[in-house]
Amino acid sequence: MRRVLGYAAAALLAGWILVPIWFVVVGAFSSVARIYDYPRPPVPDWSLETMTFFVTSAGVPQALLSSVLVAVITGVLTMLLAAPAGYAVARHVFRGADAYRLTILSTRAFPVVVLSIPLAVFFLQWGVYDSVWGVAFMHTALALPFVVLMVSTVFAGVPVDLEEAAQVFGCSRFTAFRRVVVPIAAPGIAGAATFAVLLSYNEVFAASILTLQEPTLPVFVLSGLTQAPLPFRYAGALFLLAPAFLFILLIRKQILGVGGRPTLR
Amino acid sequence: MSDIGLIGITKTYTRGAAPAVRDVSLTVADGEFFVLLGPSGCGKTTLLRAIAGLEHPDAGTIRLGDRDVTGSAPRQRDLAMVFQGYAVFPHLTVYDNIGFGLSMRHEPRAEIDARVREAAGLVQLDDVLERYPSALSGGQRQRVAVARAIAVRPSVLLMDEPLSNLDALLRLTFRSDLKRLAKELNTTIVYVTHDQVEALSLGDRIAVMRDGEIVQCGTPMEVYDRPATRFVGGFIGTPPMNFLPVTISRDAGRAVGHLGEHAIRVPDWVSGDTVLAGIRAENLAASTTEVPDAMLVRVRVVEPLGSQLLVTVAVGSEILKLLTPNDFPAADDQRLWMTVADDKVRWFSAEDERELTAERATSAV
Repeated sequence: MRRVLGYAAAALLAGWILVPIWFVVVGAFSSVARIYDYPRPPVPDWSLETMTFFVTSAGVPQALLSSVLVAVITGVLTMLLAAPAGYAVARHVFRGADAYRLTILSTRAFPVVVLSIPLAVFFLQWGVYDSVWGVAFMHTALALPFVVLMVSTVFAGVPVDLEEAAQVFGCSRFTAFRRVVVPIAAPGIAGAATFAVLLSYNEVFAASILTLQEPTLPVFVLSGLTQAPLPFRYAGALFLLAPAFLFILLIRKQILGVGGRPTLR
Repeated sequence: MSDIGLIGITKTYTRGAAPAVRDVSLTVADGEFFVLLGPSGCGKTTLLRAIAGLEHPDAGTIRLGDRDVTGSAPRQRDLAMVFQGYAVFPHLTVYDNIGFGLSMRHEPRAEIDARVREAAGLVQLDDVLERYPSALSGGQRQRVAVARAIAVRPSVLLMDEPLSNLDALLRLTFRSDLKRLAKELNTTIVYVTHDQVEALSLGDRIAVMRDGEIVQCGTPMEVYDRPATRFVGGFIGTPPMNFLPVTISRDAGRAVGHLGEHAIRVPDWVSGDTVLAGIRAENLAASTTEVPDAMLVRVRVVEPLGSQLLVTVAVGSEILKLLTPNDFPAADDQRLWMTVADDKVRWFSAEDERELTAERATSAV
């Protein structure tokens, strides 16, 4: 009985998430005329008309390019900062390690609005306002706390004695890291990087404050939402949803592993 | 191959806490199988890690052969190590694991191949060279760790409790394999263990450690027969050495020992009013019939060990363990007559629990 209730609850929850997504998919892959049909057809007719309409709309290609650029820069910057930080938190006992961990998290204590407006001012002075760099900096700051924690869990899952064995058998600290720790941690690190990329790709609030002429895709879709025709909305929604879905499918294992990865031995 | 010299090694982990290793000096001869033995927390692993270069001592020098390696990184010391948890690289095949040290030294491919196969052959891993460690049993992983260490032909081989994660039967097999391997390699080996049976069976010499210091260093038979302190006698041997407080009265210069109402023969050079007699279980004999000059004891527990019986008896308020043949008719609460092999009794000071010897007695006078 309990099991049945559990499954029912799970099905309800899954439906609550999946049904709207299904309608988005149906809309995005139906011909424009069919979208306005009533009652709504429950399956798409796999026409690319709607998607083509969206992709060729004025502003969409640039916004998509901006989004991808911002996401990639965010991913790279985040990993450059988070990998050493996460490794330090995982491996080294240093004075103030706990305080350091808290400090990393505390950057998330400030609401994005509070951060965005002064940042917009700074970015104007530095000349990165309304550019992919400005948004990427902001997104890096947003992603960093989580990613550092994720990365440190991944590194903590690599047994120390593997590094020590590498050192005994001819590695320096650095080559031990490169030849032993990195290959073992790679899937988890990739998962963390993906998280940063997706967070950036889907982030709308900070991006809308920090851009004007060069919006990212979510900002562009959101700004036109009320005036845009239905096909534009469906296709836009799918574009924003799709990467997250694809990545989760690809790296499901790593994402589930972060936090409680079974030891490698 | 090289000898090892440690001088005054001290290591403290937390400031203010007791040092993990305190002023330890020792030398290990070239080609010797040297065992560091002690209970957990005695500093044996810290000492081993200091030799490996994974731990930097606060004070002291470490010499390997004629090189002072105190400040060198592990990779500069020409040694290999077998870790307690094996530390086999999970992302590499058995072959690449065994060849790891050689490829780090940029040996030619053919040379690596020959030596990987030779090392794998020595530990019977020939059939699993292309497998990943996740597909191996615990015993196989342990052998990968050993093969990886011997493949580099180190001048010093360090082993940190390499058998402790194996089940009892495998451990017994591996112990003899390891001893044979050590003879074939003729490498200097430093071996850490908390298992006194392992230490006795493997070591050319054993250093018994406690609280960061070496209590006694000697051949297995020396530390077994002549424990330097009560601690060593109690730590080594199954069952541990029996210790009995003996009060001594002197009659015209002759010492007479008293254990409760029983008299016990004491060498004349033993000084002090109260001493501890240390007696191994096998040096006590029991009889169900009365024997002249024997102590009357009462059986508390009888534990069959297969080949022998381990009998726990009470002498007054003292508890002793002795071994009898397995057909000995002992039952709980039974009375037995117990005799002591006098010449096998060791004497310890009741104050500092160190062994009393004729030499120490005369040098004190």
